Amino acid sequence: MSGIASLTGRVHAPASRRGRIGVAVVASAVWLAAYQANLPLWDWLVYDVAGLDPDSRWGSGLHFFGYDTVKILLLLGGIIFVVTVLRSFASVERTRAVLGGRREGVGNVLASLLGVATPFCSCSAVPAFIGFVAAGVPLGVTLSFLIASPLVNEVAVVLLYGLFGFKVAALYVAAGLAIAIVAGWVLGRLRLERWVEPFVYQTTLRGQVVVAGSAMPWSDRSAMARGEVVTILRKVWPYLLVGIGLGAVIHGWAPEDLFTHYAGPSNPFGPLVAVLIGVPLYSNAAGVLPLVEALTDKGMAMGTVLAFMMSVVALSLPEMILLRRVLRPRLLATFVGVVATGILAVGYLFNAVL
Amino acid sequence: MHIKVLGPGCANCVNLEKATRQALADLGIEATVEKVTDYAEIAGYGVMHTPGLVVDDQVVMSGRVPSSRQVAELLSATAR
Repeated sequence: MSGIASLTGRVHAPASRRGRIGVAVVASAVWLAAYQANLPLWDWLVYDVAGLDPDSRWGSGLHFFGYDTVKILLLLGGIIFVVTVLRSFASVERTRAVLGGRREGVGNVLASLLGVATPFCSCSAVPAFIGFVAAGVPLGVTLSFLIASPLVNEVAVVLLYGLFGFKVAALYVAAGLAIAIVAGWVLGRLRLERWVEPFVYQTTLRGQVVVAGSAMPWSDRSAMARGEVVTILRKVWPYLLVGIGLGAVIHGWAPEDLFTHYAGPSNPFGPLVAVLIGVPLYSNAAGVLPLVEALTDKGMAMGTVLAFMMSVVALSLPEMILLRRVLRPRLLATFVGVVATGILAVGYLFNAVL
Repeated sequence: MHIKVLGPGCANCVNLEKATRQALADLGIEATVEKVTDYAEIAGYGVMHTPGLVVDDQVVMSGRVPSSRQVAELLSATAR
């Protein structure tokens, strides 16, 4: 069956390429139409069909829940697909090859940028750490990579863009990269190598390296991207529903200025409290952002909100438990401290300038 | 044939093991499938993006979950 398919594919190569482009164009058009139709659809469903007042609690809460759920699912599906296809050209192995032998400084900048571009999941954090350090990439440069990777991920950036616009998304990326670069550089300066579990430096790398994704046909890249969309959506939907649900409750029931007093720009402790609450919490960008949107609507300052989001995404208990396998408690604590301080600084900076 | 599935136990590694067993059944090849969860050993193979697939001590694939058909292609290529 597959033999026949690949044979006809080869015989009609130009036609099938045209067909594939056709499928891509149609899929993009359907996606755009659905995205455009989302707001009128929920206006109609909630206000006309259900007859709820846009200013009432149930009206605004239900509208927020329905509209945001569909909007975020569409954004996530689209972004994950495109990014996975792009990332099928990059790999952790290539990233390491680029970073090998780099000095600190330039190395930290490169590692942070590559952390954003390299396909990576938190369950690979430990093997990647060992692989980098054992291959001679400096500790601080490796940590820059490990900080940037979850902090500035495509899901967070595109959702920020979708919910808050270009300016906030760009600020978030710049701030996230700055934190990864500076925190990695500082951690490298502190000479903490002796607080890495000794087996890491004793690991000898053997076996040839297989570069994932080299010479993959387009049909494989597309299949891989579709698989990734399903996997991620299946993983994040509970977080998403809880986040949007909480957001809807805040949206419909919380008084307009609930947070203006406690967490508005005038409260000097806002970012500090946000980071203290956010660090132990574990969620992902998709779960946190609907909540963040509702909090901002109710007057919470942007810097406080972004600090909360960054601390939830970048630092979490499960990740600490994973990293404990390679980092001794002292280094782990320093790592959390330096990154949290960076996030805090960004929170105060944004509150001051926005 | 001795096959190792490298991975700390996340969903991807479980899926790769399933695909591998399916591929072995389809090909009718007898092989032992071992799961490697030790980080030092995983990194020792040069694999930094789990899951990884090792056949007779050679890394044949890492960083993604292939379909059972793709695993079958990899396995029959090494078996030859």
